[in-house]
Amino acid sequence: MTADATPALVEDKQRAAGPRVRKSSAYPRYLAGKVAGAAVSLLAVLVTSFFLFRLIPGDPVKTMTGGRQVSAEQLAAYREEFGLDLPLWRQFTDYCGKALTGDFGTSYQFRAPVIDKITEALPNTLLLTGTAFVLYTALGILLGTRSAWRHGRLGDRVNTGLALTLYSIPSFWLGLLLIIVLSVGIGPLPGMFPTGGMESGGEEGLAYVLDVAHHLVLPVVTLVAVEYGQTLLVTRSALLDEMGSDYLTTARAKGLRDDLVRRRHAVPNALLPTVTLIFINLGRTVAGVILVETVFSWPGLGGLFYQALSVPDLPLVQGLFFVFAAAVILMNTLADLVYPLLDPRVAR
Amino acid sequence: MGTNDQKRSLPHGLRLVALAGAAALTLTAGLATPLDPASQQARAADDGKKVLTVAVAQSVDSLSPFLAVRLLSTSIHRLMYEYLTNYDPKDNHAIAGLATKWEPSPDKLTWTYTIRDTSKWSDGQRATAEDAAWTFNKMMTDTGAATANGSYVGNFRKVTAPSPTKLVIELKKPQATMAALDVPIVPKHVWEKVSDFSEFNNDKSFPVVGNGPFVLSGYKADSYVRLKANKDFWRGSPKFDELVFRYYKDQDAAVSALRKGEVSFVAGSPSLTPAQAESLKGADDIQVNDAPGRRFYALATNPGAKAKNGKKFGDGHPSLLDQRVRNALFRAVDREAIIDKVFRGHAVEGEGYIPPRFQDYFWKPSADRKLSYDPAEAARLLDQAGYKKNGDGKRVGKDGKPITYRVLCHATDPNDKAVGKYLQEWWGELGIGVRLNCLDNVTDPWLAGKYDLAFDGWSVNPDPDFVLSIHTCGALPATPEETGATDNFICDKKYDELYARQLTEYDPAKRADIVKQMESRLYDLGYMNVMAYPNAVEAFRTDQIKSITTMPAKAGNIYGQDGYWSWWSAVPADSGGSSDNAASTTVVVGIVAGVVILGGLGVFAAMRRRATAEERE
Repeated sequence: MTADATPALVEDKQRAAGPRVRKSSAYPRYLAGKVAGAAVSLLAVLVTSFFLFRLIPGDPVKTMTGGRQVSAEQLAAYREEFGLDLPLWRQFTDYCGKALTGDFGTSYQFRAPVIDKITEALPNTLLLTGTAFVLYTALGILLGTRSAWRHGRLGDRVNTGLALTLYSIPSFWLGLLLIIVLSVGIGPLPGMFPTGGMESGGEEGLAYVLDVAHHLVLPVVTLVAVEYGQTLLVTRSALLDEMGSDYLTTARAKGLRDDLVRRRHAVPNALLPTVTLIFINLGRTVAGVILVETVFSWPGLGGLFYQALSVPDLPLVQGLFFVFAAAVILMNTLADLVYPLLDPRVAR
Repeated sequence: MGTNDQKRSLPHGLRLVALAGAAALTLTAGLATPLDPASQQARAADDGKKVLTVAVAQSVDSLSPFLAVRLLSTSIHRLMYEYLTNYDPKDNHAIAGLATKWEPSPDKLTWTYTIRDTSKWSDGQRATAEDAAWTFNKMMTDTGAATANGSYVGNFRKVTAPSPTKLVIELKKPQATMAALDVPIVPKHVWEKVSDFSEFNNDKSFPVVGNGPFVLSGYKADSYVRLKANKDFWRGSPKFDELVFRYYKDQDAAVSALRKGEVSFVAGSPSLTPAQAESLKGADDIQVNDAPGRRFYALATNPGAKAKNGKKFGDGHPSLLDQRVRNALFRAVDREAIIDKVFRGHAVEGEGYIPPRFQDYFWKPSADRKLSYDPAEAARLLDQAGYKKNGDGKRVGKDGKPITYRVLCHATDPNDKAVGKYLQEWWGELGIGVRLNCLDNVTDPWLAGKYDLAFDGWSVNPDPDFVLSIHTCGALPATPEETGATDNFICDKKYDELYARQLTEYDPAKRADIVKQMESRLYDLGYMNVMAYPNAVEAFRTDQIKSITTMPAKAGNIYGQDGYWSWWSAVPADSGGSSDNAASTTVVVGIVAGVVILGGLGVFAAMRRRATAEERE
């Protein structure tokens, strides 16, 4: 570090350094506020998930036993089994009490605990959307940064044009296209990837890992292609806002290489909107992407949610809704907690 | 500025991530090379076994035969467990299964089955009459065990097993369907350990003990169901070593999987679309099976929902209680256009209630009784019934309001939506409005009787008792709050009398004659308009399946048969992969993966070297 650095540059350096900036005295209050907000939101979700799906018309037990002759005694037994014979307020308090311990009841259609169905599908969704998330976030930030830094040039126009185009393409359409081209094969291009599913079945050990990786490629490519544009555009836009700042001129005047000015000074200061987006996407990762999971027959939460809604399987719908919402709330809260580390002014 | 600072800089971290991701994708892309025949061919497993892979879309609801009601699950149970009887694939008549013969007592109330003494459970124990008696008794005494098939034992008084080869079923009243008890018989020594039949899903411990042509050897929800051939099956071992049901939630993806050879067979849900069938017809090594189906596709009217206790409920349009109105509506349905335009020729025009593939029971109206397409006659009937057009050209009800019927349709069935559009046009010309109510879940409004008309359809079994029973008064719910087995609340005394007669008639020809009279009565009532018998349109790879039995044998379907004939009979095509191929593939894949990883690391190292070199400058 040079001794003659201007005060402005020192401040900018501190901001750019990010994690090295320690929490201000306002941080605990800020932290408590955000955590309390998250807790209230979770409570609201719990209440909403219970009452919202009870607005769906019909009798869950009749739906469950639709098409079969069921006696009054059997219907009563089912109602008792699923707690539907209790007054609404009792059902609600039972639901809340059990939900806090992870018990969301029993799925009507699968006759299995909801939490079991969720934990069965969750790792599959996390693998798919998590892999895609890492890739499209990295790709979006890298290309967004480069586009902004060389804005107006051919590369920028191609980058943003391509990103906007892919972002506008329906994911299921792109997925089907990739299946036809890269899975079945077209012309001289051979089919290289499985058309769907997560595994061939019957594989073990390393062969299983490789098999799953093989199945992962096309759905991940689809998700990355459709999603990276958003990160790219947000990063590009934020960085463009920073581009005319005086501290960057000062940095350049000091003789720093352009690449360093971009990476060490401009990008860290422009990251805040991108961080928000990253955390929101991270929350959505748990929910999976229903259409991509359907096109590629990926056995994840998205497909499970669709199945639950079409019955409707109330306990499963409620459980999934809560998990999805909780993931988003959790990630947004984490984003709030990280902001002050990037920019201490946020917590003031 | 030191290099340490550079290490912490974000873009480099991201570059690392991107590089790792790219390497991961390249690596997995390498795995998917055309050098990998195992991924291309469904029939060659890694160990050289012949594997028959079937694309399915429906989730398994349960693998317990006491709970499962979905077609896929019950079809799998057909493969896992023997039933007392089976159906001949040639003409659907009842033939031996676990029972070799069966006969009623003179008073028609006691049936005695001789149980096969050569059927073994897959754990080596012998399957006996005791297993069958235990299965039926469990369904009769445990409501959890009665969930799926309880209706089969509703008329049973007592079931005993006097000896290992003798099963005796005593009835409360005679029933002619005793050779059509489609109930999987389970091994007592395994299932008696189950404590709660309403929760046990039979999907945790493999292989599952059974005595059918296949043994369930693996299951992963919405990924696959794997069954291995039962080499000791009394009828003979299946020709394929394994049968795998693989999930394709998207039908187009399933068709692509067939084109590629990842699956041997695809059926659709329930059929391939006309466009999919056309696209596959010219494809190499693929045969499209476009066979007469076992389903009927109908339009049903709400006849005024009511319960057995006489209480009415629902809100069906009162004009539909007039038979002239119902006949008028059906006179304004051009069935030929529906076959041509909606089903693109992959269906047969509907007439009687039971499809023509069940020849014994097929009935069709004579030419003079047929409600053929005649819009002028439809208009005349409506005028005659007192539903005349107002000044705006709309037919008005007795309340003076223009008639608009709510038609319940399945949101997931494109045929419903397409036919609905035609109805809007045809009935619109009559002056009647149509509001399509397309839902994912039609069960609730249907059970509540809150519809005017509904798209309806059932798969018919070789024994038609079930689809006939759903229009009896006995199938109505006991009270509006309860659930009946009724399809759409039809209740007619004459029909009921005929139903009772056919159920107690043990002479097949006489019974068939009564069934036809029931169909005739149903046609006259006009509550059901059978518009079409959709074909079973499915496809398979001829380079993987050399031959396969359809049902009926001459021109029938493959998927969802009454019996295990298709998968049990399927013969693998001569050519196939081997374990050697798969092993060499693994070696190739390993080499490719290694090269890609080393290449990726090399590139990364070069980039780092360049960056630090620039810093040094």
